[in-house]
Amino acid sequence: MVQAAQTFQVAEGMSLKAALAKAERRNKTRALLLVLPLLVFVSFTFLAPIAQMMFRSIDNPVVAGVFSETLIVLEDWDPSGAPTPPEKAYETLAAELARGYKNRTVGRAATRLNYSQGGMRSLITKTARKISRVQVGPFMEGRWKDKFLEIDKDWGDREVWATIKYSGDRYTAEFFLKALDLGYDWDKSVTAEPENRQLYFLTGFDSVWWRTFWISALVTALCVLLGYPVAYLLANLPLRISNLLMILVLLPFWTSLLVRTTAWIVVLQTEGVLNDVMMFMGIIDERIQLIFNRFGVVIAMTHILLPFMILPIYSVMKTIPPSYERAARSLGATPWTAFWKVYFPQSLSGIGAGGLLVFILALGYYITPALVGGPTDQLVSYFIADHTNRSLNWGLASSLGAFLLAGVLAVYVLYDKLVGIDNMKLG
Amino acid sequence: MADNNDAFVRFVEVQKSYDGETLVVKDLNLDIPQGEFVTMLGPSGSGKTTCLMMLAGFETATHGDIVLDGNPINNVAPHKRNIGMVFQNYALFPHMTINENLAFPLKVRKMPEAEVQERVKKALDMVELGAFGTRRPAQLSGGQQQRVAVARALVFEPKLVLMDEPLGALDKQLREQMQYEIKHIHESLAVTVVYVTHDQSEALTMSNRIAVFNDGIIQQLAPPEDLYERPDNAFVAQFIGENNKLIGTVKEQHGTNCTVETEDGSTIEALAVNNSGSGTKTTLSLRPERVVIRPEAGRCPNIFEATVIELIYLGDHMRTRVNLLGHDDFVIKVPNSSGHQHLKEGEKVSVGWLPEDCRALDYA
Repeated sequence: MVQAAQTFQVAEGMSLKAALAKAERRNKTRALLLVLPLLVFVSFTFLAPIAQMMFRSIDNPVVAGVFSETLIVLEDWDPSGAPTPPEKAYETLAAELARGYKNRTVGRAATRLNYSQGGMRSLITKTARKISRVQVGPFMEGRWKDKFLEIDKDWGDREVWATIKYSGDRYTAEFFLKALDLGYDWDKSVTAEPENRQLYFLTGFDSVWWRTFWISALVTALCVLLGYPVAYLLANLPLRISNLLMILVLLPFWTSLLVRTTAWIVVLQTEGVLNDVMMFMGIIDERIQLIFNRFGVVIAMTHILLPFMILPIYSVMKTIPPSYERAARSLGATPWTAFWKVYFPQSLSGIGAGGLLVFILALGYYITPALVGGPTDQLVSYFIADHTNRSLNWGLASSLGAFLLAGVLAVYVLYDKLVGIDNMKLG
Repeated sequence: MADNNDAFVRFVEVQKSYDGETLVVKDLNLDIPQGEFVTMLGPSGSGKTTCLMMLAGFETATHGDIVLDGNPINNVAPHKRNIGMVFQNYALFPHMTINENLAFPLKVRKMPEAEVQERVKKALDMVELGAFGTRRPAQLSGGQQQRVAVARALVFEPKLVLMDEPLGALDKQLREQMQYEIKHIHESLAVTVVYVTHDQSEALTMSNRIAVFNDGIIQQLAPPEDLYERPDNAFVAQFIGENNKLIGTVKEQHGTNCTVETEDGSTIEALAVNNSGSGTKTTLSLRPERVVIRPEAGRCPNIFEATVIELIYLGDHMRTRVNLLGHDDFVIKVPNSSGHQHLKEGEKVSVGWLPEDCRALDYA
C-alpha cells in the first residue's frame, strides 16, 4: 500500500504536502475574494480613520512650521541655564512673526501655543501686530530684545520661550498629557495643569474620565438587573408568548436613537408626563427635576442599551436545557439553590457578553447625554466632538479618542482573561 | 406480585391531562415492591415519560395518588422526595468538575465535608472512574458521562432511582455494556429502579418486570419472559419481538383451545387467550421461531403449504419470508443448527406449528 502511494506521488511529480497546499490555495483564494469588498470598505472607512486619528494625536506641525528658524536658534538655548535666549533668537522670531503676520499663519501658531500655556495667544498676536510695524534695519542690531520687552515684559520670562521651544517639537506627547490634565513645565518635566484648567482626570470623581467610567458601569449594572429577568422569561415562556415579548424588546431597538431620547425628555421634563402623574397621585408636592441631570442620563442610557444586554443573555439561556434545573431539583436542591448553583453560573457568559457590549457602547455614548444631560453630565465623547468641531484642537480630540479606544481594548482584554472571548455569545 | 400495602411505589388511579381535553395517562395503577427493577416500555407519546415525571415531581397528576413508601407524595416538592434521577442527556452540570457534580446532592444536604469526600470517592470507584474526578463533563466520553450520571443519582443513597432513556445517546455496543453495568449496580445496591425506554431489548435485558405502555394505558405488566412468551394482547405481541399476525374468526371454542377460520377459509387450531368467543374476530400471534419447516406427520395439527419468497442469511439463523395463507409477509426463523433445513427461493414447502404457540388475541 505504502509503496503504491509513493509511486503515485512520483508519477504526479509532487509531494503530498505540495498537493495539499495547492488544493488549499484555491479555497483560500476564493475565501479571500469573498471578503475582499468588505476588507477594502473597512480599511477605508474604519482602519484608515483610526490610524489617522492615532497619528494626529502626536502630530504637531504648526509651531514647527511657522517658527522653524527661531526653533533652530533655540536649540542651543538651555532653559535651565540662562533665563532668556540670546539676542539672535529675538531677532529671528521678530522676522518670523512679521512674516507670519503678513501671510496670516501666526494666528494658528498662537492658538497652538495657547493650548500649552494660557495667555500665549494674546501675547503672540499682540507682539506680531506690533513687531510687524517696526522698521527693520542695521540700527535695530542688538535692540530686538529690548523691543520685545517693551511690547510685553513677559518676553523676559523663561516660561514663554520654553513653551515655544517644546511646542516646536514635530511630534509630541503633549496632547496625551492634556487628556489627563497634565502638561510640560518649562524644563519639559511633566506636571499637573493649573487647577482652573483641570477637567479630564485630576478633578477626582467627577472628572470626565471618571464620570464616563462610572456612568457606564452604573448603566451596565442597571441593564443586568433589569435585563436578566426579562431574558429569563423570554427563554422559558412558551414560544407564542415569548415571541410577543421579544417584539416588545426589539421595538425600541428599531426606533431611532434620537426619537427614543427625545421621548424621554417628554416623559421626564419638569412639566412632563411623569411629574404630572406623580403630582396628581400626590406622591410629590412640587415638580422635581428628572432630566437635564445625571438621573436623566442614566435612565435614558439604560433604556436605550437594555436590548444589547437582553439579547446576549437570552441567546445563552436558550442553550441551557431545562433538564439541568430538573436534575438539580431531583438531587435535593431547593428551587433557589438550583437556580443559583446550576442555572446562573451557566448564564454568566451571557451576562459577560451583554455587559461587555453595553459597557463599551456606554463608554462612547454621545447623543443621549448631550440631549438629556446637564453640563456636568457629559461623557468623554462630547469633549471629543467639541474639540473636533468647535475648538478645533484636533490633537486633543485625537488623544482623547485614542485613550477611549485603549480603554475599550483594555476592557476587552480583561474580559478575555476573566471569561474567555470564545465563550461570548452575541445571539 | 407483592402485596399492595407493602408496595414501595404505588400509582393509584392516576390520570394526567395537559390540555384538559385528552388524557395522556388514563387510570394508571401500578405497584412496585422495594428493590424491583421496573421498566416502562412503549412507543413515544404512550405516557411512560409522563408517569416518570409525575413520580419525580416535575409534573402533577390531574387525578389519583402517587404513594412512595406509604406516604402520598402528590404535594411534595421534587427536592424533598429523595429520588435519584438519570436524565436522557445525562444533565451533568457543565461548569462543575465530576467531583463537584457528585458532591452537589451531598452538599445541598449539608453533609460534613469529610463524608462528602468519602462518598464521592466511593461512588466514582463504583463506576470505575476514580481517576476522572477533577475533569469536567465535556472532557469525558458519552459512556463515561453516563456512568457519572448514574453515580450522581446514587451517591446520596436514595431508595428509588428513576432513569429516563439514559442510554439513548450511546452507540449500540456501549449501550449493551451499560445495560449490564446498570443491572449489576441495581443488584448490588438493592435499590428500586423505575426505568423508561422505548428499546425493547434494553427492557428485556434489565428488568424484573416490564410495563408495556400504549395510549396512556399499561397494556401488560409482566416479567420479560412472560411478556415475550405469553403476550396478553395484539399490541404487546406486535411490540415485543418479531411476530406473525394472522386475522381470523373464531369458529369454535373448546377448552383452552379454539378453532379459527382465516379469511381464505383455512382453519387454525390456536390457544384461546384473549378472544371474545365464537363468531368474533381475533388476531392470531405466532413467533417466527416457533414455526417448524417440514413437520413430521401427526406432530402439528396446523400444517400449511408455503412458498419461499426471500432468504436472508443472518449468521445464527436464516430469516425466511414465505407466502402463507395469502400473506406474503409471513416470517420464519430457521436456526442455523447442524442438519437444518435447506430452502431455496420459490420452493414450495410445508410448514406447521403447535396450537399452544399460536395465541388467539383481541382484534384491534
